[in-house]
Amino acid sequence: MPALPLDEAGKYVAGAYVVFFALILIYVTILGAKIARIDRELTQLAEDDDR
Amino acid sequence: MIRAAGAILRKDLRLELRTKESVPAMTLFTLTVYVLFHFGLDRDSLDGELAAGVLWVTLLLAAVIGVSRLFAAEREQGGIDALLLAPIDRTSLFLAKASALFLFLVAVELVAVPAFGLLLLGPDLGGTLPELPAILLLGNLGVAAVGALVAALAAETRARELIVPLLLLPLLVPVLISCAQATEPLLRQEQGPEDLGRWLGLLTLYDVVFVLLCVAVFDYLLED
Amino acid sequence: MYSKGFMPLATATVVALTTALALAFFYAPLDADQGFVQKIFYVHVPMAIVALGGFVAGGVMGILHLRSGDPSWDLRSYVAIHLSVILGSGVLITGAIWAKASWGHWWVWDEPVLVSFLVVFLLYCVYYPLRFSIEDPERQARYSSVFAIVAGAFVPLNFVAVRMAETFTHPRVLSQTGGSLPGEMRLTFLVSLLAMALLFVTLWKLELTAKHASMQLKRLRRRLDARVTA
Repeated sequence: MPALPLDEAGKYVAGAYVVFFALILIYVTILGAKIARIDRELTQLAEDDDR
Repeated sequence: MIRAAGAILRKDLRLELRTKESVPAMTLFTLTVYVLFHFGLDRDSLDGELAAGVLWVTLLLAAVIGVSRLFAAEREQGGIDALLLAPIDRTSLFLAKASALFLFLVAVELVAVPAFGLLLLGPDLGGTLPELPAILLLGNLGVAAVGALVAALAAETRARELIVPLLLLPLLVPVLISCAQATEPLLRQEQGPEDLGRWLGLLTLYDVVFVLLCVAVFDYLLED
Repeated sequence: MYSKGFMPLATATVVALTTALALAFFYAPLDADQGFVQKIFYVHVPMAIVALGGFVAGGVMGILHLRSGDPSWDLRSYVAIHLSVILGSGVLITGAIWAKASWGHWWVWDEPVLVSFLVVFLLYCVYYPLRFSIEDPERQARYSSVFAIVAGAFVPLNFVAVRMAETFTHPRVLSQTGGSLPGEMRLTFLVSLLAMALLFVTLWKLELTAKHASMQLKRLRRRLDARVTA
């Protein structure tokens, strides 16, 4: 198949890179939220313990 | 170790001969699947790659049934604990189970392959000898080794019936590829083996790798 | 909570990713046959290679777990496989996009890397139901390691088998992933591969940190509860 013209091809290339970065972003966000929650609960436990 | 394996194997074979649970079910299954393929493909006779594919997919699906049942006897009668308490090498258990599965597959194929020749195959089955039995035996070896391992992996999980087919079939894709590709030229109208060495070589590599690997790794299963 | 080396690693990853992106779009020349679509190659293939490497690494960690009995190896193996499955879904999606852009179909059976990846992906998807259907933690770890080892050995064998099959049904006229790459493309590809590998290690360490922290939390909570009831 002949190569797609630049404007059409651009959509596909952008799509592929967006998929890649979206996957990473979602993963890092979920993980970051999890770690933040654990951090909060750890400090809260430390307070409860002190009391 | 061989003696222990032989003892377990003999027990399994005797049990199968008495209860006739796995082999007849697997054989009946292959015949039913042939009928399904007849209606599904809307074909009276197959040859070449279609025939090879139908034959091998059917055999692999029948193998899934056999694998699911492989540790059934031990599970139902609480026999696994008895086996594990006895001073038997896990490897003997693996050899016994894999050999049992291998023999079950051979028994099933003794009926299923001629049935295929009768029901669905266009060209004459006789033209596939002596290559087809060689392919079948090498293929069965790989299926038996991997099947015994998957049976043990899934033996004690709650979702056993789901996990066995999902786990077994992708692992057997190389076996399917080799066997189907090797069998295809034998089932064409102008029969004759082609590239047989290449596919049998791949099958042998698979068999060697997985027999060795499964033997090595089996010790860590069913331990308690 | 974060180990000492983490920040430099994360920084290196971001730098490598940015560099790879810049090289891909401003430095690497346009492919003569595929045109602009070929740029997908710089994200799709490194993801595939790193994911496959992750699966094999998971298998090696499984071996280490079985030999040492140390459960932290099983945890590392689990995270490696988990990350590779996520990357794997990315491989399949970007592969489909590439297929659509190059051949007009969302899936093609011609590409042995993509096809063998589908088989591997389907296999590793079973890791989760297998692992989480076993309740006893020690047995769960052991069985997971066995799976990781067998599946890890399967990956290269499967690739060989699929490639052999496809060579006969779809003779490949052009070698699209490797073979002779002009210098600028090769550099861009290698940097992209490095960036992807760094990304994998960073995310792997990040997830392990989260898992360790959550285990520590559980332990602390249990100890506090015990003290309260005592």
